[in-house]
Amino acid sequence: MSTVTTDIPIVAHRGWTVTQWAGAVIVAAMLGFAILAPMVFPADPLKQNLRHILGGPDATAPFGYDHLGRSLMARLASALRLSLSIAAAAVVSSAALGVSVGVLAAWHGGWVDRTLSLIADSFLALPGLLMVLIILAIVPSTPIAFWIGLSLILWIEYFRLSRAVARRLLVAPGVQASRLLGFGPVYIFRRHLWPELAPMLLTVASFGAATAIMTIAALGFVSVGMRAPTPELGLMMVEILPYYREAPMALMTPVLATFLTLLGLNLIAGGRRA
Amino acid sequence: MTKALGYRVLQALMVALIVGLLTFLMMEALPGDMAFRIAAHRYGYDAVNAAAAEAVRSELNLDRPAIAAFGRWFVDLLRLDFGTSVISGAPVIEEIRHQLGASLQLAGIALMLSLLIGPPLGLLAGLRAGGWLDRGLLIVSTALRSVPQFLMGLILIVLVSIHLGWLPAAGYGKASHFILPALTLALGLAAASARITRDAMAGVTASPFYAFGRWKGLSEPQMLRRHGLRHIGVALVTFLGLQFAMLVEGVVVIEAIFGWPGIGHALVHAIFGRDVPMVQGTALLLGLGFVALNALVDLAAHWIDPRESRA
Repeated sequence: MSTVTTDIPIVAHRGWTVTQWAGAVIVAAMLGFAILAPMVFPADPLKQNLRHILGGPDATAPFGYDHLGRSLMARLASALRLSLSIAAAAVVSSAALGVSVGVLAAWHGGWVDRTLSLIADSFLALPGLLMVLIILAIVPSTPIAFWIGLSLILWIEYFRLSRAVARRLLVAPGVQASRLLGFGPVYIFRRHLWPELAPMLLTVASFGAATAIMTIAALGFVSVGMRAPTPELGLMMVEILPYYREAPMALMTPVLATFLTLLGLNLIAGGRRA
Repeated sequence: MTKALGYRVLQALMVALIVGLLTFLMMEALPGDMAFRIAAHRYGYDAVNAAAAEAVRSELNLDRPAIAAFGRWFVDLLRLDFGTSVISGAPVIEEIRHQLGASLQLAGIALMLSLLIGPPLGLLAGLRAGGWLDRGLLIVSTALRSVPQFLMGLILIVLVSIHLGWLPAAGYGKASHFILPALTLALGLAAASARITRDAMAGVTASPFYAFGRWKGLSEPQMLRRHGLRHIGVALVTFLGLQFAMLVEGVVVIEAIFGWPGIGHALVHAIFGRDVPMVQGTALLLGLGFVALNALVDLAAHWIDPRESRA
């Protein structure tokens, strides 16, 4: 759940490695499951059916039922949709914020750069989970609260990366020539910076999505995250834990889903080592 | 070095600023009545009424604008006054002092355990880069990174406590209570430090000065002692800073899971009760502790390798 900082050297590379493809397949499978499962096996993730408490799989609930007789598959698909959408929203907004502020800092340099860098460094000094916890202490645990908290953590990595890349490229002869010819910042960004930046952003984005999913699940598990009866991965685990002896597989459902999603994202992010 | 430490002081001030601003902005943005909610937590939702909420409001100065409240909080902070818990009424600093010891014990043991597991494995893997241990370690550490710490705790509870019945799943006081929470924290940290050590070691063994050392006839243990460990030391110590972030976050979650009576447990309880001064104080202390640890890391890295080039 720790925020992953780019002390790991990020190398630009084109073309994906085998490990990255494996990761992409896993993530796509989880995403496909989250979207398709409710269409193939429609069931209300909140509907309790007391006759099926901790029941095994049947035609309507292929993963069986939880301690309140709710379909585990319906709850899992719903939980995955929640986590993946919050993660995607946080990654997109933090990337947009981080990249634009990072390029701005490099473009202007001087006191603009120093001020923005100090702000970013101060955010880095506060462990990410604390930031989300402070927000959850005051605001009710809604997806929006998570989205804001996670964006506040995740933007720093994009800032640091895009600032470093922009500082290097803005002094390159090609870019200097473009500036002299009078091309604007938007053109220079699209033409010169983006092609270099984009492949590296993939690594930061996958780590960021993994951080987001871990954080949501961890806080759900210690009961300060999403509130019951919302289906959420961590919350599902802690709810089913007391019934572990009767139905061990019921606990395995959210555990495996969390592990596989994170594994997929980590493989995409770290796959260049293979 | 003075410059680096001065920067950490600035960072500490900014941490306090962010914690304060974030809480006050959130409180301002939140619809509904803060005084009423705090009163409800003090007296119970059935017993609370408008008069009780008013009393809380005037007692805690909730009727003031947020910016004034923020200024007051910050000035109090500079006088080392963390405020009082809105639930217990005790000073926040007193509440924290009770829990901090338990957290430090757990964090210290976990850190030592992780250093016993991670770096030695990484060292062996790095010495034979590409060997079976190296490849095995890569798979294990990738898998471990995909197991969040709370999930590791859950797996250990299910395996060791529920299935085998060897160790208690929660509690405090006996040595046996330490094992599971410390091991949970340590495994996550060890997975990371093993990778860093492995990469540093592989880099060193592939370097020209290592080849030269071999060439002039030094034995492997001599090489490792004279040229290997110091280089890895810097990488590892610098990386410790990152580990502290994992440790601080880990402690919060792991304590809540294992019922460890430390600062993380207290933080989670304060969030339940919407005890904002307590949350502010705890978050601030954890943040400042993190900055202080990083300052120590700066000093240690400087001590191992005094060349100023990295500063």
